[in-house]
Amino acid sequence: MTAAPLLEVEDLRIDLDDGARRVAAAEGVSFRISRGETFGLVGESGCGKSITALSLIGLLRPPLSIGSGVIRFEGREIQHLSAAAQRDLRGNRIAMIFQEPMTALNPVSPVGRQIAEMFVLHKGKSWREANQLAVEALASVRVPAPERRVHDYPHQLSGGMRQRVMIAIALACGPDLLIADEPTTALDVTVQAEIIELMRNLCAERGTAILMISHDLGLVANVCRRVAVMYAGRIVEERGSADIFRAPAHPYTQGLVDSLPRLGSRAALGRTRLKEIAGVVPAITSFPDGCRFNPRCAQASDICRTNAPTADFLEAGGLVRCHHHA
Amino acid sequence: MHEPRDRAVERKPDDDVILSVEDLAVHFPLAGGLFSRDRRLLRAVDGVDLTLKRGECLGLVGESGSGKSTVALSILGLQAPTRGRIVVDGQAVTDGPSSDRKALARTVQIVFQDPYASLNPRQTVRRTLEDPLRVHGVTAASEIEDRVATMLRHVGLRPEQAGRYPHEFSGGQRQRIGIARALILNPKIVICDEPVSALDVSIRAQIINLLLELKDTLGLSYIMISHDLGVVEHMSDRVAVMYLGRIVENGHWREIFERPAHPYTQALIAAIPDPLRHAPLATTGGDLPNPLNPPNGCAFSPRCRYAEDVCRHEPGPVLGTRPDGHTVRCWRADEIAGSGVLAATE
Repeated sequence: MTAAPLLEVEDLRIDLDDGARRVAAAEGVSFRISRGETFGLVGESGCGKSITALSLIGLLRPPLSIGSGVIRFEGREIQHLSAAAQRDLRGNRIAMIFQEPMTALNPVSPVGRQIAEMFVLHKGKSWREANQLAVEALASVRVPAPERRVHDYPHQLSGGMRQRVMIAIALACGPDLLIADEPTTALDVTVQAEIIELMRNLCAERGTAILMISHDLGLVANVCRRVAVMYAGRIVEERGSADIFRAPAHPYTQGLVDSLPRLGSRAALGRTRLKEIAGVVPAITSFPDGCRFNPRCAQASDICRTNAPTADFLEAGGLVRCHHHA
Repeated sequence: MHEPRDRAVERKPDDDVILSVEDLAVHFPLAGGLFSRDRRLLRAVDGVDLTLKRGECLGLVGESGSGKSTVALSILGLQAPTRGRIVVDGQAVTDGPSSDRKALARTVQIVFQDPYASLNPRQTVRRTLEDPLRVHGVTAASEIEDRVATMLRHVGLRPEQAGRYPHEFSGGQRQRIGIARALILNPKIVICDEPVSALDVSIRAQIINLLLELKDTLGLSYIMISHDLGVVEHMSDRVAVMYLGRIVENGHWREIFERPAHPYTQALIAAIPDPLRHAPLATTGGDLPNPLNPPNGCAFSPRCRYAEDVCRHEPGPVLGTRPDGHTVRCWRADEIAGSGVLAATE
C-alpha cells in the first residue's frame, strides 16, 4: 500500500519559448497514477494536455521544454534523464499511442517489422524470434490472419486496423504505463468502441496503467477511474469519473457537462436550449490573470481576477481549483 | 406528440415537402487495367429516398464512407446522380439545364465542417458575404451593405467586424461567418455537414443553439449530417441512418433513438460512451466492408450479431414499415426491434 505510485507528476511547468520570452504552456500540473490504474486528462485544444503527456516520455521538443517540476516513475526522477536512459524507458516501460496512426506509423515499413523492432531494440531478440513474436502480438490485438498481415504496409490497412497495430507496438514490451493521446478521435464510433474495449481489456489483463488524453469527457469518464480536467494550462478539477459528471465542482467542468447534448436527454427532458459557456478559449500568450477561467465564468468576483485559486481538497475525494466552487 | 410520418416511396405531391430525393444513386466507375474486362463500379449511393419537410431538421447519420456527403453533394447539384430524381422546392434539379445552378444555389446552401479551411484567408468577411450577392444580381451598394450587416447580426457578430480577415476570428466566430455565408442568399434549405465537429467542445453549444434559433426565425429546413448522435438527437425532427450507400432506418427521432430496430442503428447508439455506466461499447465487430466488393445479401450481415442464413443471400432486405411508422431495412426487424436494451446487457 505504501509503495511509491507508478507515476508521480509534481508541480510540472512546461515553457513555451516564443523567441522574445518564455510563457508557461502548462503550470502547477500535479497528479499521480497507481499501478494498473486508469487516469484521464481532459481538455480542449491548447489546454496543455498533450504536451504534459509528451513531457512524461521525454518527447518535448523546442520551443517547448520542461521549465520546472518533478516527474517520478516508480519513485525515480526521470525528467532529466540522459537521452539513452530515456530511450530505454520509452517503449519499454512507458509506451504511447497517438491520434492518427497513419502519421505515427512508418509508411515504408511493413507493420510486422515495426512491431518486431520493439523486441529487437528493447528485449535483445533476434529478428527471427522478433518476427514470430510480432505475429503473436498482432493476434493479441485481434487482427485477423496475422501471419499474412505482418507483411502489409500501413496504407493497406483500415484506420481501425492501423490503430490495432499501434496498440500492438505499444504493448509489445509489456509496459507499465500506456499513454493514449486521443486514440480514437480519427475513427468512426463503432470502430472507436472496439478499439477502446481492446485497449481496456488488454491493459486490465496485463496490469498496465492507462493515461488517456482526450477532449471527450464522456469517453474518458467511461474508460477511466479518475479524471483531471485541464483548462488553459492548469488542472482545474480532479475527481472520480462518476463524481465529475454527477456533481462537477468547477464552473468550467460544470459548463462542459451541461453544454453537451447527452444521448437520451431530449427524450427525458424535451429539447431545452443548451447551456453555453460564454467567450472563447484564451491563447497561450494571453492567459488572463488570476483564475484563467474568470473571463468566461458567471460566478467570477474580484479575487478571481487577481489571485490564482489553490487546490481545495473535497470531502468526497478529489480536488478543485476555484474560489467559489460548489 | 408525434409528427405525421412519410409512408412509402409512392406519395402524393405535398406542399409541405421542400425537398424530395427519389431513388438516388451515384456510381463511380473505376478504371480497371487497360485490357481488364471487369469494369468495377463503386456504388457510393445506391437507391436513396428522402423527404425533407418545411421547417424540419433531418438528421443524416452513418460512418465515413456510408454516402451521406455524396447525397449532400447531389442535392447541392455538385455531384451528378447516376439515377434518380431530386426535387427541390418544386423544381427537379436532376433533369433541368445547367443554368438552373444559380437558382438552386439560392435555394440550397451548405455549412462546412472546418471553418479554418472553408473560408478564404485573403478575403475580408465583407467580401466573403458580398460575392454571392453580386453573383446573384444584387448590385446596389446600399443593399449589399445592408444585407451583410443584417446577416452578421443574425449570426451574433457585429457589422463593424466586416472589414476583418478570417485569422482575426476564433474558431466559433469563423463558423458563424460560415453560417452567414450560407444564409446570405436567403436559402430555404441548409445542409449542415458536421458543423460543430471541428470546434472546441466549450464552443459547440453556442453554434448548435445559433443554428436552431436561425432555423426558427428564418424558417429554414436543415439536413444535419453528423456522427455525433447526441447532437443529432438534440437537433433533428427525423433521422435517417445510412450504411454503405443505402438508408437502413428512417423515422421520427424518438423512434430511432428509443426504439431502434436496425442492428446497425443499435450498434451506433450503444457505441456512445455513457460516462455514468462502464458498460461495454462494442456490439458489432469489424470495419465498413469494401464498397467495391459489397457482401451478399444485407450489407451489414458480416458485422451483425443477429445475422442468419437469409441475411447472407440475395436479394438483400428491403425497407419495411414498422408498426410505429418508421422504416427499416432488415429481415429480422420484428424480432430485433426494441432489443437494444437487451443487447447492452447481454
